[in-house]
Amino acid sequence: MTLWQELKEGTGISLSALRANKLRSGLTTLGIVIGIVTVTLMATAIQGLNGAFRQSISSMGSDTLFIERFGWFNDSHEEWQKSMRRPVISFDQFDALSRQMTLAKAMTPITGTQLPVTFKNRTSRSVSILGCNEQFVLIGANTIAEGRFFSAAEANGGRPVCAIGSAIATNLFPNMEPVGQKIRVGGSTVEIIGVMAQQGNFLGAFSLDNRVIVPLRFYSVAFHRPLDYEIQIRVASMELLEDAKEEARGILRQIRRVPPGAADNFAINQQEMFITTFNRVGAIIASAGLFITGLSLFVGGIGIMNIMFVSVAERTKEIGIRKAIGAKRRTILLQFLTEAAGICLFAGLLGLAVAFPLTLVMNQFLPATLSLPIVSLALGVSLITGVISGFLPAWRAARMNPVDALRNE
Amino acid sequence: MALLQLTQITRRYVMGSETIHALREINISIDRGEYVAIMGPSGSGKSTLMNLLGCLDTPSSGDFFLNGINVSLMDDNQLAELRNREIGFVFQSFHLLPRSDALHNVELPLIYSGMTHALRRKRALEVLDHVGLADRVHHRPNEMSGGQRQRVAVARALVNNPSILLADEPTGNLDSHTGDEIMILFEELWKKGNTIILVTHEEEVARHARRIIRLRDGLVASDEPSSGHSPVRTLPIP
Repeated sequence: MTLWQELKEGTGISLSALRANKLRSGLTTLGIVIGIVTVTLMATAIQGLNGAFRQSISSMGSDTLFIERFGWFNDSHEEWQKSMRRPVISFDQFDALSRQMTLAKAMTPITGTQLPVTFKNRTSRSVSILGCNEQFVLIGANTIAEGRFFSAAEANGGRPVCAIGSAIATNLFPNMEPVGQKIRVGGSTVEIIGVMAQQGNFLGAFSLDNRVIVPLRFYSVAFHRPLDYEIQIRVASMELLEDAKEEARGILRQIRRVPPGAADNFAINQQEMFITTFNRVGAIIASAGLFITGLSLFVGGIGIMNIMFVSVAERTKEIGIRKAIGAKRRTILLQFLTEAAGICLFAGLLGLAVAFPLTLVMNQFLPATLSLPIVSLALGVSLITGVISGFLPAWRAARMNPVDALRNE
Repeated sequence: MALLQLTQITRRYVMGSETIHALREINISIDRGEYVAIMGPSGSGKSTLMNLLGCLDTPSSGDFFLNGINVSLMDDNQLAELRNREIGFVFQSFHLLPRSDALHNVELPLIYSGMTHALRRKRALEVLDHVGLADRVHHRPNEMSGGQRQRVAVARALVNNPSILLADEPTGNLDSHTGDEIMILFEELWKKGNTIILVTHEEEVARHARRIIRLRDGLVASDEPSSGHSPVRTLPIP
């Protein structure tokens, strides 16, 4: 008897056994259904979180370097305190860097503040006002949706023009074309020449669309003279990221007169740092979550094992008959394993059917969908649960002595 | 060479601190085509002998050759294969699978021997027809009378063309009329060349056999031709 034949026969037997004990099988299934629902939802949520993270991180651009006084992630409080004493990054330093950098495609100094923005009787409080040069639009996910970004001439001339984020456009101009309108920013009047494409939230913390971008020269005159800048550099190509980083470091060390051997007194940040940190944290959260939900699956598995022991005990005589007429150990083992796996697979499908609408609800908050890998994971896990929890009862059945089994009434 | 050759067979059971000698160094030889009844009161070792002859159990000591194969040394799986090939069981309480119809019950040994679907269906229908159940093929055991169930059991026993038909009190759960019918069926099967071993405690049933082995206290008490029958078959083996 081949394995295939045995599986086929086993499937037939288990189907008729399940039909014969509908209520009991149904109740047993419930444990696995709940387990599969929780595992599926957890996996979907984790995937959704990852997706949300990647989506918001993508606004930074993987080929962008962020040069700042502080690093984004400090390993200790001491390190942070030390970096507080670092000298500021001045505009002259940016200027010198931009003249010497060869591996940059675009670079801009950036400074910012929070100010209210008014159009007629509508006001948006605490909008991020960014001052930068015309190359800002070439970096990261910054693109123009309507109109245009300010030119080099407008930037150098310090013209009172701006590009606004999509949130400002919808808040202040609900039924109007914003391009060409004039808004009040702080105490100055600025003309809108473009609207930025929507970027969404950054890690759910703040909106990247609630901002007004003006030429740095205008910013210095109209608002305040910035003391400390951030420099954003888009490198010439992804492969040159590390080279560009080294180049920028070398130039900055020279400009900022860092003695040889001393540590940098500035930080070159990049998107990858976020990803590394997130992956580390994410992996911990994911394994903890899956472990906890796995526990419910484990409980379901114990239920299956229990019911399989009952099933084996009930069918002792049947096992005796089968053995008497030539069923080998493997045949009996497979028969009961198929039954346990069948119950669990069915429960897995049921669990997926329950989980699917719930993932649609989840989709309202996270970019989470029931994906094919998760579906196959859920079915695979339920199958494995069945095989594992069915093994002991099936083994007991397979090892039965036919003489004793036949005598059983 | 004899079909079944039991030499110095002993079977002991350990029950707690006690050892029960169910069979004590018995010697039996049965040839192909014989019709043998094994008799004895309860506790005589009759069931133990049946289990050994049916390859459901192995002896504690001694040699048991079936068709020239030494069964005493076989493991679980080898025994299962041997039973499937060589032994056809007919039990007192039929032992059919309750949820399966007659056809599937009869097919089962063929499934275990690995026969293809089409072939085994053909063969099972053939045998069911042979025992007179062609019109009950898709009935389940609970939809059939005791006699019909026992016929299904006989069909299942025969379907693999076994060397031995081993019947344990085959009429025990049947009324005398249906019991007689089953015994007539056995007689026909024997005349067609089947080897039949009948385990019973009823003289009347045992009388159908051509040879009666009586056991007492784990020993062969007597082994002689049945009265009223000639010890040798009259029909040639086909």
